[in-house]
Amino acid sequence: MPALRVCALYPDVMNIYADRGNLLVLERRCAWRGIGFELSGAGFGDRVDPDAHDLFYIGGGQDRDQELCAADLVATKRDALAAAAEAGKVVLGICGGYQLLGHAYELGDREIRGLGLVDLRTVRDPGPRLIGNVAIEVDLDGGPRVLAGFENHAGRTLLGPGEQPLGRVLSGHGNDGRSGTEGVRRGTVIGTYLHGPLLPKNAWFADWLIRTATGLDELAPLDDALEDAAHRSARRAAGR
Amino acid sequence: MSLATAIARAAGRLSRLSGRGGTSLPGKVLLRLQPDAIARLGGRLPQGAAVLSATNGKTTTAAMVAAILERRGTRLVHNRAGANMAGGVATALLDARGRRDLGLFEVDEFWLAGVVDQLRPRALLLANLFRDQLDRYGELETIADRWAGVVDAAAGRGTRLVLNADDPLVADLGRDVAADQVTFFGVEDASLALPGLQHAADSKHCRRCGAPYVYDAVLLGHLGHYRCPTGDAARPAPAVVARDVTLNGVRDAAFTLAAPEGERRVALPLPGLYNVYNALAAAALARVLGASLDDVAAGLEAVAPAFGRAETVRIGGRPMTLLLIKNPAGANEVLRTLLLEAGEHDLFAVLNDNTADGRDVSWIWDADFELLAGRVRRATCSGTRAEELAVRLKYAGVPTDRIHVEPELERGLDAAAAAGDGPLYALPTYTAMLALRDVLARRGVARSSWAGGA
Repeated sequence: MPALRVCALYPDVMNIYADRGNLLVLERRCAWRGIGFELSGAGFGDRVDPDAHDLFYIGGGQDRDQELCAADLVATKRDALAAAAEAGKVVLGICGGYQLLGHAYELGDREIRGLGLVDLRTVRDPGPRLIGNVAIEVDLDGGPRVLAGFENHAGRTLLGPGEQPLGRVLSGHGNDGRSGTEGVRRGTVIGTYLHGPLLPKNAWFADWLIRTATGLDELAPLDDALEDAAHRSARRAAGR
Repeated sequence: MSLATAIARAAGRLSRLSGRGGTSLPGKVLLRLQPDAIARLGGRLPQGAAVLSATNGKTTTAAMVAAILERRGTRLVHNRAGANMAGGVATALLDARGRRDLGLFEVDEFWLAGVVDQLRPRALLLANLFRDQLDRYGELETIADRWAGVVDAAAGRGTRLVLNADDPLVADLGRDVAADQVTFFGVEDASLALPGLQHAADSKHCRRCGAPYVYDAVLLGHLGHYRCPTGDAARPAPAVVARDVTLNGVRDAAFTLAAPEGERRVALPLPGLYNVYNALAAAALARVLGASLDDVAAGLEAVAPAFGRAETVRIGGRPMTLLLIKNPAGANEVLRTLLLEAGEHDLFAVLNDNTADGRDVSWIWDADFELLAGRVRRATCSGTRAEELAVRLKYAGVPTDRIHVEPELERGLDAAAAAGDGPLYALPTYTAMLALRDVLARRGVARSSWAGGA
């Protein structure tokens, strides 16, 4: 039986915006199709085996927790996650987890070092937090689709030259409130500020992640009437 | 009467005439004209003021304190409609007519510092801190830090503190306060303990050293009997205690209230452990304000539910019990209380994403709807984000043929009432609860002037 093996990083603390909803959607959508699902967590000090998982998930946390996680990620998990990304495993960072995928989060006089899996930096801006419903257009393979969610971040994320965003902002703030870009995508490494949580509102993207992480070409269709309605509702909330 | 007060009152009359309620507008006008109005008007109260704040239970706890104090004829200035930002407090002071003895104010978590600074209350009750509306309030740690500043300043001015010993984040605020200036309250009934911390539990780590707390008993969210393994912190011994708690479904509860001066058995007309906590907080505050244990017990037994808090009305020939849900910890307690009722339930769940609800609806994924999944006969989902709630219930395990979506509130209400018989449970978010109140009032099912708050 094919299986999706998910490793959630710091699930006890990096879960502030209902990240468990994302994991639950992956689990159920696998189960309904007879695809196995394994969820393991990796906390402070735990080593991760890049070959033992298909998808690595990092959610958002409170500032203090995010800083503790950053130090631990760099000290104990960076090489494994870099190897996993190199091997085509999915690495999904959301909100704080997205920021940690980059080189650093600059907080005025000091900086929090990140994983450096993608070429981006996040800076703390004196302006207001970027909060609200958001919709973006993405093109992962096979044409443009929309992701809808909610964003709430103080940091402004700046992509390095040559780094591709996950999508183009249709409404909302995105990476920095100016560039019109949202998130980052380098192959199977994906970061985004969209939470709310993301996958219940965007079931098609959950299925894309399942396909990409398991290597399955096709997934059995599900009755997504409620999910599709929730997607439309989230888009309406974002004005799209 | 000063010119500023006259203008502010006129603004309130105009607002009410235009049908817009006006529970905080006059106060906002007054504060614009006189930024120190709360200090000035509050300073005239002969017995001073008491302030309480919490994430959950503010309105109910304040109603309990009022019920206790009014037994002895204390005349209160009280923002009982739940308008709990500075404008609401100022409006209550402005609207007070005749002789008043004491101010009793519930204050929004975020507005606490400013209001306490002006009012300089005799007593300050801080009851709990849960994850709530991150888009509006920010992170829990940020609120805790602000509250620490409030407590330091208030303690320095001689304010008596009343703190929940079972909430590590709240109890820690009293760590450096002189022992005779702080009263802790807590639940001592280990039979209520949950198997472990719920998913939505927040302050799981010692505020001093960051080590995860060790829990001997988890009672509600992150409330319980905890200690830091490195010895930095432990649950303070509470002076006011609830023992031998009995929970009777969505109807009521009972507990033994124990304080240094004695014990009373209290039959509480409100359900759930969360209301036992509210009662305990109210008891501890009322004692600090001079109430006797007899008045405390009698007042608690006479308290009426605020609208939407376990209020039962009749709709379409069936009893509908309203249970406000607005954040994961509160929703979990409502779900837990609902589980005490036997059989399968009909739900009318309403999720709005207006500003007062929090624009971000992600919190429903942190609430443990899984608890109820096997016990839902029919769930009618309404509100501005009805579809998201329906998806939440589906992924919690409710069969899709039992989930019905009708975003428009009134149509949803009628559909829910018409399908089936027996009790119906309404689970509205805050603005949904207010809208539901209006619908019910229009139909003559409910009073139009319910005291509603947060």
